[in-house]
Amino acid sequence: MITARAPSDERLLRHARGAGLGEIAEKVLARQRLSIDEGLALYRTPHLHALGALANHVRERWHGDRTYFNVNQHVNYTNLCNKLCKFCAFQRLPGEEGAYWLTPEQAADKIRAQLAEPVTEVHMVAGVWPRIPYSYYLELLRAVKAARPSIHIKAFTMVELDQIAKVAKKPLEQVLPELIEAGLGSCPGGGAEVFSERVRAATYHLKISGDEWLAIARQVHRAGLRSNCTMLHGHIETIEERVDHLDRLRRLQDETGGFQTYIPLSFHPENSELAHVEGPSALDELREIAVARLLLDNIPHVKAYWILLDIPVAQTALSFGADDVDGTVVEEHIYHDAGATTPQRVARSELVHWIERAGRVPVERDTLYNVVWSPHQAASLPSPAGVS
Amino acid sequence: MQRTYTTDSMTADATTESALASAPQGRASDVRHGPYAAELARIEDKVLDAARIDRAEAELLHERADLALLGRLADHVRWRLHPRPIVTYIVDRNLNPTNVCVTDCGFCAFYRRPGADGAYLLSREEIDAKIEETSRQGGRQLLMQGGHHPYLKTDWWCELIAHIRARWPHVNCHALSAPELDHLSKLDKRPVEAVIADLAAAGLGSVPGAGAEILVERVRKIIAPKKTSTDRWLEVHRKVHAAGLRSSATMMFGHVETGAERVEHMLRLRELQDETGGFTAFACWLMQPDGVPEEDRYPRRGTPVEYLRVQALSRIVLDNFANIQTSYVTQGLDMGQITLRYGCNDFGGTMLEENVVSAAGCFHLAPIQRIERVIERAGFQARQRNSWYGIVDARHDERVDGPRGPENAAAARPSAPRAAAAGVR
Repeated sequence: MITARAPSDERLLRHARGAGLGEIAEKVLARQRLSIDEGLALYRTPHLHALGALANHVRERWHGDRTYFNVNQHVNYTNLCNKLCKFCAFQRLPGEEGAYWLTPEQAADKIRAQLAEPVTEVHMVAGVWPRIPYSYYLELLRAVKAARPSIHIKAFTMVELDQIAKVAKKPLEQVLPELIEAGLGSCPGGGAEVFSERVRAATYHLKISGDEWLAIARQVHRAGLRSNCTMLHGHIETIEERVDHLDRLRRLQDETGGFQTYIPLSFHPENSELAHVEGPSALDELREIAVARLLLDNIPHVKAYWILLDIPVAQTALSFGADDVDGTVVEEHIYHDAGATTPQRVARSELVHWIERAGRVPVERDTLYNVVWSPHQAASLPSPAGVS
Repeated sequence: MQRTYTTDSMTADATTESALASAPQGRASDVRHGPYAAELARIEDKVLDAARIDRAEAELLHERADLALLGRLADHVRWRLHPRPIVTYIVDRNLNPTNVCVTDCGFCAFYRRPGADGAYLLSREEIDAKIEETSRQGGRQLLMQGGHHPYLKTDWWCELIAHIRARWPHVNCHALSAPELDHLSKLDKRPVEAVIADLAAAGLGSVPGAGAEILVERVRKIIAPKKTSTDRWLEVHRKVHAAGLRSSATMMFGHVETGAERVEHMLRLRELQDETGGFTAFACWLMQPDGVPEEDRYPRRGTPVEYLRVQALSRIVLDNFANIQTSYVTQGLDMGQITLRYGCNDFGGTMLEENVVSAAGCFHLAPIQRIERVIERAGFQARQRNSWYGIVDARHDERVDGPRGPENAAAARPSAPRAAAAGVR
């Protein structure tokens, strides 16, 4: 059966053909999975606007003009870390200048300090330190929940979960229900870096491997939690390694459906051992978002994380496949230690303003993408695309 | 597009109201599915076919096109006019001999009334020191403009320019915007042609495009009622071109103007360029409202994508301008790099010194090496140019390409939009 294409699809196809991306465009329009080689072609094409148009098509097919943000705060509960990753400017060893470890009550104080703000989520990630006992993590979750019972706690990357299971001296399957009981609501996507063993050996050999990261994410999803996923790009990794990373994420997603959002993380070189590496340029960051939107055909959201992209790139990225910009943040340390110069927080009204000015519809969401608020509630806002 | 703005800090509820009131008329996805989709598709084809778009078409693009469409078309026009992957910039310095001004523009944080606190007139020694420093750093251009000083007449400027040309012959005086030339003509009580002729004889090499703001009288009456009128601004540039000098053109937007008025501005420039061919380049920037005298009159600073849209539209509309300059000084290097795929082929000046927009809370100057790296990482070769957009870069093979000076600049007008067609991406 031949179905007539919409005129806009015809135009997209013509644009892509002119850029040598015709076959890829056919597959995108037919909702077929792109191959590894096609992923590489997208990284290599000089035709940035054809690439962007394809990614924008997929973004609008998933979400229309909706652009998600939330009102959140970050708590980085310690910078003590024994992973010694070369790209990191946040980590400290005990006794080093600036080393800190918040007590559960100190973390709860940071939550209480924002009680006047309509915060719906706390994003809690930190360094990994083996002397931190299992009980601390449970107390941390309980203290935060006690300070603000309605808050959703998105905490602990796969790297931290690996450590928590170690100090708990029991398998993660048993630890996760206890963390959930104490208040854990979902998991962030950090710590994935690049799954390549070559890159890991060169820059973060003490950290869990890609296979381990994926195995823990699988367990998180099986425990009924949603998580995000990330890739740290723009350091020493090749585009082959990037495509492989994205492919492994989408294969796990085929299996669990537990990833909500993919977030490309730009490498920020300042103050790290890789200070000689430049990190991605603004156009690299736009390309990264577009390629991810096209390859990750089963992950609903792609985030332009404004705190590391800054607003010019994040706002432009809303035309290159991104449908989420993260939130108001309040206090961020990991990227600011690495030279990020963005403000530590942005008012909710600012986020709404620049999303609107990009021609998109701002939608305040909770962590699980339920709509909290939108100025366009009169317009029908179907519930966000679900994951299986 | 009629835009309304709010200025004060707002509560969440007020934000909702204002966001609704000021939302662009179209949503991004309407481009492909809304009632204007067919018309936008027709305009898209027209631009891809290297045809000129008219006022109604430009207004529709401004109001209804999404960033993806504007970017694609602007990039297309850029590659048609500049098939080689080169982005130029000039090593220059802003030299503002005085900030004394009688024009009282409410959007300007730089000027001082005569005799006011902070009013200055640089001494010849101070000016010479700045030029010597510029020359030592390889500077080829002095962008000299400043306040409309009530006592500095043409003679003062001629004397300064002749002095500079004699002592630093490799440094071009890119000086005196149209409102300043108009001001000199009034002080001298003689026609502006005579002023221009004297300045050219003294060695003035090219004229900057400042003071255009928005070339629509309704807007000028609000933001700059004492400044040179639209017709007069254009007339002065016509006479500059007639005198054999080339000039640039600018636009300051994001204040009280409508979308239709932005398009009107571009069309007035395009008309004059059809007539004289004397404009080298166009640059635009968002009004920078921090700390200006009439801050309350102005909306909050426009967002980066609003700037990018207009920058892209200018490349599409101004099909007879060879060069479009980015505004990294107001938008930062990230946006500067992005604009290279939204129509800009020139990175402007390195500005060893800048005083005007930096007085309004905006400061994004960057060293030459960083500018070059930003250009290279966008996939272009960075080349230094002169004031007439000829490439003059001793570090590369094509050491001199294009006009070398004012005398042969006229020969380097852009080809008619239909003529070239190559390297389109």
